[in-house]
Order: sequence, then C-alpha cells, then structure tokens
Amino acid sequence: MKNIKYLVVGIFFGIVFVKAEIISWFRIQEMFLLHSFYMYGVIGTAVVVGIISVGLIKKYKIKSFEGENITFEAKKHTKGQIYGGLLFGVGWAITGACPGPLFAQIGSGFLVVCITFVSALCGTWVYGYFSEKLPK
Amino acid sequence: MIDILKQPLHWSVAGLIIGLTVPILLVLGNKKFGISSSLRHICAMCVPANIDFFKYDWKKEIWNIYFVLGILVGGYLATFLLKNPQNIMVEESTKAVLLNYGLTDYTQILPTEIFNFSNIFTFKGLFFFVIGGFLVGFGTRYADGCTSGHAIMGLSNLQLPSLVATCCFMVGGFLSTHAIIPLFFVYFK
Repeated sequence: MKNIKYLVVGIFFGIVFVKAEIISWFRIQEMFLLHSFYMYGVIGTAVVVGIISVGLIKKYKIKSFEGENITFEAKKHTKGQIYGGLLFGVGWAITGACPGPLFAQIGSGFLVVCITFVSALCGTWVYGYFSEKLPK
Repeated sequence: MIDILKQPLHWSVAGLIIGLTVPILLVLGNKKFGISSSLRHICAMCVPANIDFFKYDWKKEIWNIYFVLGILVGGYLATFLLKNPQNIMVEESTKAVLLNYGLTDYTQILPTEIFNFSNIFTFKGLFFFVIGGFLVGFGTRYADGCTSGHAIMGLSNLQLPSLVATCCFMVGGFLSTHAIIPLFFVYFK
C-alpha cells in the first residue's frame, strides 16, 4: 500500500500532460519544426525547478519521509547515450511521445497507442537481448 | 473554476509542476524520476527469458509501475472530466506543413488520420505505431533514460552524460521531423 502515493503523483502528472497538451503529437511536431516555444518553455522551466530542488536537497541534506538519506547516482558516459539517444529522438518525433506520454495517450482513449506501447516493450526487450553485443 | 481547469495550461505552470515531480519523488521515498525504466520492469516481470539484463529484483522497483499507471489514470481523468471543448492548440505554420501530409483534424491530441485502428495493417501503422514505438523502447533503454530520466532528472543533477543524451534526443527528433517523416509522406500519403 505504500506505493499508492506514487500512483497519486502519477495521476497529477498525467493530468498536467493532458492539460498542457504535452501528449499532443502536434506539439512535438511544433517543437522540432521550431514553430513554437511551448515545449522548450516546459522542459526549460522543469529543468530549472529541478536543478534548484536537487541543489536544496543536497545543501540541507534533506531526508525522505521514510527517514532515508536521499542519494544521487552519477551517470557514466556511454556510446548508448549517443546511438540510443538518436534512435529514441527519431521515434519521439514519429510517435509524438516519449514513454510517459504513451501512458497518458492510452488513458486519453487512444487505444490504438497500445500497439505503439507493445512495440516499445519489444524494443526494450530486444535491447536487453543484444545489450552485451552493442557498442558501450 | 472548472472552466479555468478546462483551459490548456501555460508552459510555465506545466514546467513548474513537472519540475516539482523531481523533489516530490525524492522526498516521498528517495525515488529517481524516470519513466522509460517502467518498460524494462514490465519486460523483467513478464518475459525475462533468462536474459541477464532482465535478471534483477524488479519488485523493488514496483513503485515505478504505480507511477506510470497513475499517468494513465490521470490521462483518462483529464480527458474525460476536464475536456477542453476547443481544438488543440497548433501553430498555423505547423498546420501548413501538416496539410502537405493530408492532416487536417485538430479535434484530438493525436491526428485521427494516422492514429486510427483502420491503419494497423497499413504502412502508416507500421511506421507510426510499430517502428516508432520500437525506436522509443530500444533507444531509451540503450541511452539508459528518456526525457524524464535524462533531460529532467539527469540535468537537474547536473550530469554531463544526460546533457549529451538530451542533445542526441533533439538531433534525432530534428532529423525525423525534417527528413524522415516528410520522406515517408512522399511515398505513403
């Protein structure tokens, strides 16, 4: 039951995705066509808020509600960030969705996006299958 | 009040709430904001197939599944309870480009000319659902994160690899929008 709170956070998050029309395929086209500032504004604001929040959490050594220390992991440079990043970017513009919006699009009643979702699961599985053989 | 809630949000409000998700998840239980990992957990849960990449204790990560299910429910609530009666906001310049592809329906968040069950067994379905989805799933895992894990969580923690990943997401997206999608519509309009 302790996971219900994440469901609630997810619900709010999903509502914002729809209300800001971030899950709109058209928004993603606007962004990559450089016709609209909207998505850049959203991501930019989110990053600034995130940087400030993480900075404050580190500075004041804030603990979680469960009393746990909040930890951060350093990410390592890999070739995956380049090759995988490029492939994901191509898919992002085609589907008009990164993984989060896929869930919200299905919730919005676009059941056909279930096919995109299953295909994304296949993509993840295929990556898992070949992960040892791919350039790191 | 309900009328205000039906309006589309300003970008700064949307960005603020999305940004605040980072500290909320950290404070709630030291959880790192990330969505694409849910795809890995579902694979590990359902079809691990003895692959090392899927051999880990996914039960520890189950919060992530609750989170993405919440996104699905939120999508449902916002669409059916707080429905904006107007058309989706789209710039005129974008509409002009999409007109070339035969897309003119702006009543829904996705163009119904593409995202439609009757397209499943067509080249449109293959391209927009199957290939697009596959690239999202494969690419995010290979990059070890998506827009949430790298562009928002990673950049919030000032990680240079996340900046590299974010730039590559953008380059891939530009390439797709300016070259691959137009080329697709040349042949399969």
